[in-house]
Amino acid sequence: MARSWGELLGEADAAPEPEEQGGRLFSRLRDSLSRSRRALTGELAAAAFDPGNEADWERLEEALIAGDVGVRATAELVRRLEARGELANLDEALAEEVAELFGEPPTLAIAHRPSVILVVGVNGTGKTTTIGKLASRLSAHGHSVVVAAADTFRAAAEEQLEIWAERAGADFVGSERGGDPAAVAYDALQAAQARGRDVVIVDTAGRLHTQTNLMEELAKVRRVLAGRLEGAPHETLLVVDATTGQNGVQQARLFGEAVGVTGVVLTKLDGSAKGGVAIPIAYELGLPVKLVGVGEQLDDLRPFDPLDYARALVQN
Amino acid sequence: MFDALADKLQSALGDLRGRGILDEEAVSRAMREVRLALLEADVNFGVVKDFVAHVRERAVGEEVTKSLTPGQQVVKIVHEELTRLMGSSDSRLAYASRPPTTILLAGLQGSGKTTAAGKLALLLQGEGRKPALVAADLQRPAAIDQLIQLGGQVGAPVYADERGDPVKAVHDGIERAKADGRDVVILDTAGRLHVDEPLMDELAAVRREAKPTNVLLVLDAMTGQEAVNVAQAFQERIDFDGVLLTKLDGDARGGAALSVRAITDRPIKLASVGEKLDALEWFHPDRMASRILGMGDVLTLIERAEAAIDEQEKDELEARMLKGEFSFDDFLRSYKMLRRMGPLQGVLKMIPGLGKQLEGLDDVDEKQLSRVEAIILSMTPHERRVPHVIDASRRKRIAAGSGTTVEQVNQLLEARKQMAKMMKLMGSGKMPSLPGMAAGAPTMGGGPRPSATRKASSKRKKKKARR
Repeated sequence: MARSWGELLGEADAAPEPEEQGGRLFSRLRDSLSRSRRALTGELAAAAFDPGNEADWERLEEALIAGDVGVRATAELVRRLEARGELANLDEALAEEVAELFGEPPTLAIAHRPSVILVVGVNGTGKTTTIGKLASRLSAHGHSVVVAAADTFRAAAEEQLEIWAERAGADFVGSERGGDPAAVAYDALQAAQARGRDVVIVDTAGRLHTQTNLMEELAKVRRVLAGRLEGAPHETLLVVDATTGQNGVQQARLFGEAVGVTGVVLTKLDGSAKGGVAIPIAYELGLPVKLVGVGEQLDDLRPFDPLDYARALVQN
Repeated sequence: MFDALADKLQSALGDLRGRGILDEEAVSRAMREVRLALLEADVNFGVVKDFVAHVRERAVGEEVTKSLTPGQQVVKIVHEELTRLMGSSDSRLAYASRPPTTILLAGLQGSGKTTAAGKLALLLQGEGRKPALVAADLQRPAAIDQLIQLGGQVGAPVYADERGDPVKAVHDGIERAKADGRDVVILDTAGRLHVDEPLMDELAAVRREAKPTNVLLVLDAMTGQEAVNVAQAFQERIDFDGVLLTKLDGDARGGAALSVRAITDRPIKLASVGEKLDALEWFHPDRMASRILGMGDVLTLIERAEAAIDEQEKDELEARMLKGEFSFDDFLRSYKMLRRMGPLQGVLKMIPGLGKQLEGLDDVDEKQLSRVEAIILSMTPHERRVPHVIDASRRKRIAAGSGTTVEQVNQLLEARKQMAKMMKLMGSGKMPSLPGMAAGAPTMGGGPRPSATRKASSKRKKKKARR
């Protein structure tokens, strides 16, 4: 059973994704995850894992490290597995522990009218594409959407978002290149309020978390939104590329400090990268993954299901 | 993060000082820390294994030199090996004997190809080339617009064909560049996943059409363990010549660069170190090695300490200083070393047991150094050896000869006296406590400028506060 959009969006009558659908996602995710030469536990051959054998533990550690889980989260997973004592089914035990680190399946806070979703991240992680797909999904679930092009820096970012907005049937609020991102966000929120729209999604320019002036600019966008509407932004999503290594943790930490990130979108899971860095982000910073991107198509943005992901990550 | 590895190694190896060589057991302890540091930096775990084994082999039995702590010694070996591994082949681009030279950029989505194309055009333009940009990215919405805007900013023509396929776009682009007399053509391809067969086929077709002089894989410095799979896939399909590393202005340690270098045997050629268009540089393997180890500053210090003075000279100077015999010749010599090493610390660091406590003292003002040099060079050899003969009239002469004031000469004389005194104190083991010493250290030069050592000590405080 995979998590459905209805569940993610907190709809009253939401049911899990039908088996067929869910199964498709699961196998799709698993397919993509195992496309790499070696799935996470590929070398482990669960049956052969001997908790008494130091070399087996070392191989497990290596498999986790190779999945970008990082040294600290790997140590934690190994510690938890050791504490279990009995490890007849290593895959399932590992999947459970990984899912445990992620916590409860999250929801997206869009109850407020209008709700504001601020989308942030470093350059090239797929923010704009994610927003296009999210807008389209929200529309399909009966929410009217305004997208705001507050990426006033990157050449042609606005055109890209406008194309996506059009495809999703969402309103579009843009600005001049080099304009003030906070002003664009403000205009979009105002437009949504005036037109009675349900959700405002604010796209921001990609920026490295180490660029303090740009992070300050982002904090201003947040302040201006909060000033216009109390409680906004209701969600601040950090988009992380699944190929990212341990720097992803630092990204989550610094974006979190600047704008109060509420969840992670893990993109580009359709490559052979496993996105293991989501595990230390959840473990060290307590930030849940809310969405995953598994392909180029509109419906390739999916609600994140911890156990589903964990199984796909560790199984062959 | 600053020098975290050096600290860890120091605590792992601290008790080794007396032994003189790095024995097997000590190296094993050190290698555990090195392994973790490399994994944290996203170096592929297989590459880490090989690398650590190699370094271990080299490190065991190595003599611990006097000027370095065992921890520093290991870091130095690791750093040298990293640098060697990353820099052992040519990082220059190839140029076609019959222009135009073509450069094909390929990589994953979001690695920064289009921006890199613009930056590369600007860099080559600065080196006297006449670059043109060709948009072969017909996938991403608005990618062509982005390249056209970049071309406009850089002042390079952009050839883009909105419709049509990438192979044709590349063919036409190169033809137009030739006709326009451009001598470098940069081909920006669409980002693609290395597991996407149809798109990789297309890229291979583009490569066959373009017959590029250079094929560069554009790689995000933040890439994790996946870098190896990506690089292998691209190598198989388009056999790139080198890597252009992007987003190095962040705080990613960039271990992916090492993985790719080790697995594909292709050099890193260029590094993008900032958002602005002029922030593309030719690659420096040593800087990258420091970065992967997370310890730029300490390493520079080690190198400087070694470069500044040879062993014997150091021993002699040390011996004289500890006896309080500290002539102006010594003063000048140590000052010249300071120029390369930073203030006071340069001399003090060579005194056993002091080096570690003095980390973090910063540079001496350059002007002040030249002034000190001028004053000393205006003295006679005898005056330099026996400073107390310098009376009022000699001071006047020295001031005139060096273009300084008598007051400044006086300050320097006082500084030497203080320094000699301090050295003698240290030699006799009555070393004053460090903060006091930094504050009481002689001021050199003159005028309203704050003293070098005071400036340095306040910087050190800031540095501490940051940690």
